[in-house]
Amino acid sequence: MKIAVCIKQVPGGTNVQVDPVTGVLLRDGVDSKINPYDLYALESAFQIKNQVSSEIGVLSMGPPQAKAVIRESFSMGVDTGVLLSDRKFAGADVLATSYALAQGLKAMGEIDLIICGKQTTDGDTAQVGPEMAEYLSIPHISNISKILEVTSESLTVEADMGETIEIQTIGYPCLITVEKGIYSPRLPSYKNKLDTATREIKVLTFDDLDDKDEKKYGLNGSPTQVERIFNPPKNPDKEMFLGDGAAVELFGKLRGRKII
Amino acid sequence: MAKLVINHDKINHKKMMELIDLCPFNAIEEQEGQTYINSGCKMCKLCVKNGNGSIEFVEDENVTSVNKKLWNGITVYIDHFNGVINPVSLELIGKARELAGIISHPVQAILIGSNVKKIAEELEHYGVDQIHVYDYKELEHFKVQNYTEVFADYIEKNKPSSILVGATTLGRSLAPRVAARFRTGLTADCTILKMKPNTDLVQIRPAFGGNIMAQIVTERHRPQLCTVRAKIFDIPKRTEEKYGKIIDHKIDIKKLNSKIKVLDVVKKDKEVSIADAEVIIAIGRGIKKEEDIEMIQEFADLVDGKIACTRPLIECGWMSNKLQVGLSGRTVKPRLLFAFGIHGAVQFTAGMNGAETIVAVNTDEQASIFDVAHYGIVGDLYKVIPKLTEEIKRDRRITF
Repeated sequence: MKIAVCIKQVPGGTNVQVDPVTGVLLRDGVDSKINPYDLYALESAFQIKNQVSSEIGVLSMGPPQAKAVIRESFSMGVDTGVLLSDRKFAGADVLATSYALAQGLKAMGEIDLIICGKQTTDGDTAQVGPEMAEYLSIPHISNISKILEVTSESLTVEADMGETIEIQTIGYPCLITVEKGIYSPRLPSYKNKLDTATREIKVLTFDDLDDKDEKKYGLNGSPTQVERIFNPPKNPDKEMFLGDGAAVELFGKLRGRKII
Repeated sequence: MAKLVINHDKINHKKMMELIDLCPFNAIEEQEGQTYINSGCKMCKLCVKNGNGSIEFVEDENVTSVNKKLWNGITVYIDHFNGVINPVSLELIGKARELAGIISHPVQAILIGSNVKKIAEELEHYGVDQIHVYDYKELEHFKVQNYTEVFADYIEKNKPSSILVGATTLGRSLAPRVAARFRTGLTADCTILKMKPNTDLVQIRPAFGGNIMAQIVTERHRPQLCTVRAKIFDIPKRTEEKYGKIIDHKIDIKKLNSKIKVLDVVKKDKEVSIADAEVIIAIGRGIKKEEDIEMIQEFADLVDGKIACTRPLIECGWMSNKLQVGLSGRTVKPRLLFAFGIHGAVQFTAGMNGAETIVAVNTDEQASIFDVAHYGIVGDLYKVIPKLTEEIKRDRRITF
């Protein structure tokens, strides 16, 4: 069986602010890491591989530096890696990102199962997985909290639907997104890291994709536009209490207004 | 193709270094002495605005756009389970009514399921103009491809301008497929919605997982889709008299051919939900040790509150993720919320700024939690909470 896991490199910290004068985005540091939710997707793939012999490939999209997260996945046990990287993908929103990734998945050959994390920590939309499934015309199940049975034809899973748990069977090819906590993600192994240090990461550009309509990628393929970014409104009416008596004063205020 | 053009003649080495520093995504780099934009570019255009003409944004000449006049109405997807409408759908009907008023569009509901006649009749009490119903036994369970087919059928026949979907598990799975089917925009977890006179839906949401709001529009495509969390908007008052028209739709059931098998649906145990709590005591990184939560519990018991938390406390395993408030947790709207040791990233505040009264305690006077708080104490929670606890206890002794 062939499994593809979609992973993303995200900023290490999430502390971002807008400079009120220049409108420039100020980011805290430049470190980046593998999207934490993707670790659960990777671990799900390893667990499935334990039951049905499989080859696991990862796909990521981003600048050349994003190879780092693919390398990291190698040291966890992933077999192959592909990076989609091209300036023509720049400025992509959810729709254009999903389309490029779906094209990238097609370029990876026949795939039985695609696994995604629940969402990313920088976009927080949880939309890319389902959109890819639609583009690939395959079924998907989101928010999988448990994998009950794996066969060479299908998966039986528990999907967390909020108020209910649904037990469902889904045949391949299909896409699943997994909940945080489905398994405990493994740590990268030093031995794997050494063994895979020279393993090739295939880089796919726009020209390698099947659909070469530029209107479907990057900024042009993105129906949503960010009109402006701004800091949340400030709050001038607040009452602040300082010093040693602050707690007593605050309590008096809350009691007086019958809030406590 | 819209793109960034680099005017190399206007860039010396110093300028190049400035541009490299300017880009928040590290997408500008030096290659063989020349400025180069790599694929990390998010087209935020900061380099265009602040680069003094060294980088230009060149727009596509023949931008195609839909005829917006052909798309009419604001549609709300009705999420329901066991014959009960999910409150978020009613909240969205209220908002849709307000938005539709600005552009004189009708408000529509789309109801998909099996045996949903009662739900359709209930919707007649919430001021929806058209209630579009697809009632088939094949639609008893949510299978995403079947629901997408139905939604697509509805959109093709009715051409709604905007579609609002509750950000439930189901909504977050269905809306992206519908958006991809129509190759249109979808904005997740909007916290503010407005309407422009030209029917463009203004969608505002926290972005970059941090302290920033992004205002997003879908200028050239219809329908425009967004998802909204529960408890962001208010449920409109249920009217005694009926209003609106129920429209039954037919669809070729051969299209409802999803191969997914639903083996069982188990109701989850009713857990202590922070979403329904009247008083919430939210704690964050200011808590130093797991044992210190006992001190918070004592305070919570005194004010009849439930403890909730921010993401870091989930990550260190001290609290269950069911107790997380924020974009990746729950949205809460209690009568009173205490935020102890929480800095207040938008990620968190987006999930709680609907609270009636917010009281914040933080050592950092600049903490953004004070931007949403009604009452604030700049101080150490380890000193403030025991003091507050003592005050309440003393007060109770006098009362009883």
